[in-house]
Amino acid sequence: MKRFRGLIGWILPATLLVGWEALSRLGVIPANILPAPTAVAAALWRVTVSGELARNMGVSAWRAGIGFLIGGAIGFAFGLANGLSRFSEQFTDTTLQMVRNVPHLALIPLVILWFGIDEQAKLFLVALGVFFPIYINTLHGIRSVDPQLVEMGKTYGMSGAELFSRVILPGALPSIFVGLRFGLGIMWLTLIVAETISASSGIGYMAMQAREFMMTDVVVLSILIYALLGKLADTVARVLERRTLAWNPAFEGV
Amino acid sequence: MFADALAMIETAAHLGPPAALRRDKPIPFEVLQEAAPIASGASVAISGLTKRFGETPVIGGIDLEIAPGSFVAVVGKSGCGKSTLLRLLLGLETPTSGRIDIPEGTTARFVFQEPRLLPWATVVDNVTVGLGRSGTRSTRRPAAAKALADVGLDGRGDAWPSVLSGGQKQRVALARALVSRPRLLALDEPLGALDALTRISMQALVERVWRDQGFTALLVTHDVSEAIALADRVILIDGGRIALDLPVDLPRPRRRGTPAFAALEKRVLDALFGGFEGGDAI
Ligand SMILES: Nc1ncnc2c1ncn2[C@@H]1O[C@H](COP(=O)(O)OP(=O)(O)OP(=O)(O)O)[C@@H](O)[C@H]1O
Ligand SMILES: [Mg+2]
Repeated sequence: MKRFRGLIGWILPATLLVGWEALSRLGVIPANILPAPTAVAAALWRVTVSGELARNMGVSAWRAGIGFLIGGAIGFAFGLANGLSRFSEQFTDTTLQMVRNVPHLALIPLVILWFGIDEQAKLFLVALGVFFPIYINTLHGIRSVDPQLVEMGKTYGMSGAELFSRVILPGALPSIFVGLRFGLGIMWLTLIVAETISASSGIGYMAMQAREFMMTDVVVLSILIYALLGKLADTVARVLERRTLAWNPAFEGV
Repeated sequence: MFADALAMIETAAHLGPPAALRRDKPIPFEVLQEAAPIASGASVAISGLTKRFGETPVIGGIDLEIAPGSFVAVVGKSGCGKSTLLRLLLGLETPTSGRIDIPEGTTARFVFQEPRLLPWATVVDNVTVGLGRSGTRSTRRPAAAKALADVGLDGRGDAWPSVLSGGQKQRVALARALVSRPRLLALDEPLGALDALTRISMQALVERVWRDQGFTALLVTHDVSEAIALADRVILIDGGRIALDLPVDLPRPRRRGTPAFAALEKRVLDALFGGFEGGDAI
């Protein structure tokens, strides 16, 4: 029964896929508009064998990971500092909120002027995009820690690092995870845009090059790979969340 | 609300534990393990105690001597300063003026109205919070398990707090307070949120551990019959001062509904409402 319930969600996508293949074969959908699923699979095989896929995926994953680490670490650090110290918050929060109102993708022309189409440009954009969700949710998490628990901790002699690690950080963690998952979404989005506009490697570059040669199958493949990578990152974050927040009734039995 | 939380976290980094809870040396674990000798309670002496929040006086000059090992109940209308009095005693607030004398090195514990358990720690880990830094890895868990058994929660140590009932949570909070064998235990309406049946069994539990362990108990309650059922002495606070200090020398265990019990209950209620039928004013 449980197995069946897991399968039921796949009926619709499978039907769509079969329908799509049939319509392509019948010539209802022209191949240069949308190639058949089998054509996409063939493209996958081609770029895998040529090593193109592994190289471009490696580059994209590296950009995403490093950019995320830089932006996430800075956002987390500011979130902690501003959540724990009122002075730090008064000093920096207004500035950060002002910067936040600039959509980071609007900076692309400027970033290209600064860094050209080098790696720094992509890393900078990803880090900037990831920074804000992590910062805001860390700050919010620390602020919403139950002050009664903090008082309890103090009456039992906790202070400083111990109070932080046993009460404040665990209390802020659910919100920090929300920030993490938002950050991952923004990470891929930023990377897709940046790689499509200016790059000489990566999945986005592969898609743009394929477009020039009218290789629609590779374009569709690139889009699917982005979707898959995004899903993968989200799944990893979810598993991590469930493990760490096992105490939370919201995650019980999931 | 945000600002409060923030201020709390900010000060948390600089403040040590409140004065009454500070002790220079951790209690050696063997001492924790031994059954506490009877009458190991701490004495409490309060003189000329006042507390103002801004302009509003809340405690307006209280003098009180509490005998070691006795059970004192504090009653009074809502907002009369009962919680503030307990918080002053435990060093969670600083007095505006006056003195509070508790012997140096006394382990004092506070049971709040809410259980205040860490939701991300198992029941047994919540109880070990009560040990502070004393004990070693191998001794802390057994001590916590024993404290849990004392409050009737044997074998629930690995549960998350979220799966416990309200009464069970409050028992974990009690175990956490008792695991370090305190000499002074302050309870601020710990049973206030429980249903009537659970309350009565919890009252019996509190009385039992108090008799077994011999700490000095200070119980704030808005339930006059609870005060008379448990306490050696009932203190009524009104207008920031002690309005009635009534010894209760009924034999234990006490039975509600006896004429002597009812007479004491009436005296406290009359003092509370100034002789009028005050109905729901508590
Ligand atoms: N931190 C604070 N800042 C300002 N006023 C406070 C503070 N704490 C308590 N008060 C005020 O002091 C008065 C007494 O509060 P307290 O909590 O001691 O009352 P209480 O007797 O415990 O009441 P209840 O039975 O409702 O718990 C109240 O008027 C309250 O508003
Ligand atoms: Mg109160």
